[in-house]
Amino acid sequence: MSQRNDLAEYLLRLGDSALVTGQRLCEWCGRAPALEEELALMNVGLDLIGQARGWYDYAAELLDDGRNADALAFKREERDFRNLLIVEQPNGDYAITTLKLFFYDAWHLPTLEQLSESSDERIAGVAGKALKEARYHFKRSSEWVIRLGDGTDESHRRISDAVDRLWRYTIEMVNIDPLEQELAKTGLAADPAFVAEQWQARVAKVFEEATLKLPEPAVPFYLNGRQGLHTEHLGQLLAEMQFLPRAYPDATW
Amino acid sequence: MAEWTLFEVFVRSKHGLNHKHVGSVHAADAEMALENARDLYTRRNEGVSIWVVPSAAITATASDEKEPFFDPSEDKIYRHASFYQLPKEVDQM
Repeated sequence: MSQRNDLAEYLLRLGDSALVTGQRLCEWCGRAPALEEELALMNVGLDLIGQARGWYDYAAELLDDGRNADALAFKREERDFRNLLIVEQPNGDYAITTLKLFFYDAWHLPTLEQLSESSDERIAGVAGKALKEARYHFKRSSEWVIRLGDGTDESHRRISDAVDRLWRYTIEMVNIDPLEQELAKTGLAADPAFVAEQWQARVAKVFEEATLKLPEPAVPFYLNGRQGLHTEHLGQLLAEMQFLPRAYPDATW
Repeated sequence: MAEWTLFEVFVRSKHGLNHKHVGSVHAADAEMALENARDLYTRRNEGVSIWVVPSAAITATASDEKEPFFDPSEDKIYRHASFYQLPKEVDQM
């Protein structure tokens, strides 16, 4: 594959993780535990959907096959999605929602830090803007993990259960993907080794403050979001997200 | 969320020098109150600084004290700086 295709693939990974996280957060609309939390979740979700648009626009230009950002978001199948497995997991209770977001934010932030210095100006531009948003997202989700972990007996139990349930998917934040490693060598993509190191350090620090036990590093298993091998939950999410543009192509309002 | 604390929110706008009361939020702690206030009251580029204060920490005048508190100033027009002759150079005040 050419570098152009590799870069488009990488942009889809960034866009898909942001879009799927945004879609999951928007599922809380009308159901959040407090009005204030609802607004906060929608803010974060919409930030991420906006970022996804930035990545898709550029991916569409590189792919140059007639598809635009909307087509990439709404007309691709489950196997074509390249998002991290963690972000497609169901929201569960507030501890699971919080922890999913925290694991993603702790990966997203160092990724954007690197991308904001990408040798590709377009990437550096999108990342530079997104970075400010991601700093706030990380701060907010870290504080929630600490609040729940170091809170009441019940909140501690719930977030500990969330760690048990989600930890296996964190392998994707720390493994070294060959395509990303190649792109990082040319200064285009984030260096996966740097991101992994940052992710581990950030998670360890917050877990300590949250009085949470840090599990042994996760190990690879048979699924891999970057290769389109997803858990069963992504298909259901896409069915809901893509229903309208597929049922009513080119609908406007 | 019955046990969350109510905080009053003060925002300083880009062009303002002082923080102005804009409303209130519920939050479990002050840090969360700041973030909730950011998400509720500065969504449209309104602010450069936020203060939050637990509502319970505010001491307010009581409505039945309104007359002794505020009425006596009604007829003291000499407290307004409206009796000075302004020099010509000072066009507007």
